[in-house]
Amino acid sequence: MKIRHQPLIPFDQAASNRLKDEQHGLHPDDVFLKPGRIPHIWCPGCGLGVVVNTYINGLKMANLTIDQSVVVSGIGCTGRVAGYLNMDTYHTTHGRAVPFATGLALARPDLSVTVFSGDGDLFAIGGNHFIHAARRNVNLKVICVNNFNYGMTGGQAAPTTPVSAKTTTTPYGNSEASFNLPYLAHASGAVYVARWTTFHARQLVNAIAETFTINGFTFIEVIAPCPIGYGRPNKLGSGLDEMVYYKENSIVQNGADPRHVDIALKGKIIVGKFAEEKRPTFLEEYDERILNKFRRKEG
Amino acid sequence: MSDSGILTGEHFINGDEACAEGAIAAGCRFFAGYPITPATEIAERMARRLPQVQGICIQMEDEIASMAAILGASWGGTKSMTATSGPGFSLMMENIGLGMMTETPCVIVNIMRGGPSTGLPTLVGQADVMQARWGSHGDYGVIALSPSSPQEMFDLTITAFNLSEIYRLPVLVMGDELVGHMSEKVIIPAPEQIELVSRPRPDRISDTFLPFMPNDDLVPPMACAGEGFHVHVTGLTHDEQGYPVITPVVHERLVRRLVDKIRLNAPKIIQLEEIDVEDAAVVVVAYGCTSRTAREAVQRLRAEGRKVGLLRLITLWPFPEEKVRHLAQGGVKAFIVPEINYGQMVYEVERCAQGQAETILLPFMGGTIHTPEDIMTAVREVI
Repeated sequence: MKIRHQPLIPFDQAASNRLKDEQHGLHPDDVFLKPGRIPHIWCPGCGLGVVVNTYINGLKMANLTIDQSVVVSGIGCTGRVAGYLNMDTYHTTHGRAVPFATGLALARPDLSVTVFSGDGDLFAIGGNHFIHAARRNVNLKVICVNNFNYGMTGGQAAPTTPVSAKTTTTPYGNSEASFNLPYLAHASGAVYVARWTTFHARQLVNAIAETFTINGFTFIEVIAPCPIGYGRPNKLGSGLDEMVYYKENSIVQNGADPRHVDIALKGKIIVGKFAEEKRPTFLEEYDERILNKFRRKEG
Repeated sequence: MSDSGILTGEHFINGDEACAEGAIAAGCRFFAGYPITPATEIAERMARRLPQVQGICIQMEDEIASMAAILGASWGGTKSMTATSGPGFSLMMENIGLGMMTETPCVIVNIMRGGPSTGLPTLVGQADVMQARWGSHGDYGVIALSPSSPQEMFDLTITAFNLSEIYRLPVLVMGDELVGHMSEKVIIPAPEQIELVSRPRPDRISDTFLPFMPNDDLVPPMACAGEGFHVHVTGLTHDEQGYPVITPVVHERLVRRLVDKIRLNAPKIIQLEEIDVEDAAVVVVAYGCTSRTAREAVQRLRAEGRKVGLLRLITLWPFPEEKVRHLAQGGVKAFIVPEINYGQMVYEVERCAQGQAETILLPFMGGTIHTPEDIMTAVREVI
């Protein structure tokens, strides 16, 4: 057959450079952000900006460079985090960030691999991958931004949506039980389990920096406002109102039993570092039990 | 065993095992898979062999995860592979699309069994060849190879790795249960006789590096994780910087290149075997295990004095359009296409024959193979 193509318009290098020259470098943290990618796509009042900022400060606190760090994301609002960070970043398919990151972390164990994704991505479509990576103790730092709904698609129910909460797919209130994520992560084998809200920025920076020093599968749940998708139908007010709510209703309880940290609609939020244990990673076990049998002995 | 881990010598092994050896010889050092008949022997062989060469073999929770993991490993700079059969191949489709969009070199082996659904787990089929071409959503170019013997399972697995590295995409090895489970002599050459290719790489770290700006062959050099390039890799439509740009202009530029890098390089990619085709009035077009039956049928018909030839498709995709068109214009009266499906590659043959030669499908729904007599009878009805 003959093909009559549409005309091609080449990549505009000058426009790309202009954007970077005009907008990049104004903020001291711009070294951590991909040139020309800001402004981001997130809604006013969204908690994701705070979380990205705490991640950057966590890197600084742990003295990790952008060359040593890799971020893998799935799909959704949190999935877009990868695209803003100035390092090797991978925006994968819905729910598959964890197995993609598993392959990457095993191929490059010298890199610090963080999985940044949302509650729907990690625990609905990606739930099976999450529990298996935790069981294997793959060296991944998982940061789950939980806003209790699917924000990107316009506010549908997630496996974290509390009972009776309204979303566009639960217009009469959610009738399903929700996941208690720290309990799920702990039971699956995560070696570090914590929860903070976007109000607890300093604790979150400390927690993220702490996980960078741990070899193994770590899990931090970050409760974040979604004033458009979740706040509006549930009359939670603006993003700022949700921050006030976190301030007034969070109970810091380090070492709390993960079985008892469920979150109800408009209920109290128990935050803190819930669990930490030492356990060999997948690669440590594989190396010692398997690869070591075939390692060429020096001399 | 040499330093490379290559088992140079003569072996009596089945196609699945030969495939695993081909992968190791090609430099594959990461395998992620999930057990499935009739491809399990590949995972088993990799689990045994990869640690011997300090590679990693991981059994994932499903085929979706297996496919995702080999993409991640490839971006970590490691040659990676997975192996499956029909149901698992279906599950892999989403992340095969991610691999196509992000131009990630890796190899996927599908040892085809009878379908649809669970179908005939232990018996042969060839009904996934169109899925290989069009299985993931959206448009992209694809390379799929069809081995017809354990020796070719070895050879073409190496070819698949090389093509995946040259053109930066997941390459599909479309074996079938018969070839996977058949044991024959397999000759593994010395390491220095095995030609290996590595992905194109950027020259040096620079602020102006555009990770998706192609070379002249339409393939961009690949900067892997941790090399200092700070690349963003996304399944979204992206510009030459790798940044998401969701516009028709960028989509046209990107997806046309994904198609054209295979379409325009097809003459360099396509491999065929021709037997007695020059003067043939009837050409049997076959691939995989079916080509073995066709070969015998053609030999016996030639002994009867009938002008029949065999065109064996080693490369299924890209399809050898020019070859079939040329034969149709050159006086071939009919193409006979035996397939273990209800007609898949036959559509390509008929399309390229352009009405200048008759196209006859010999379908077989699977579980067993055509007999030479099936093909001979069909040929005799034409000449």
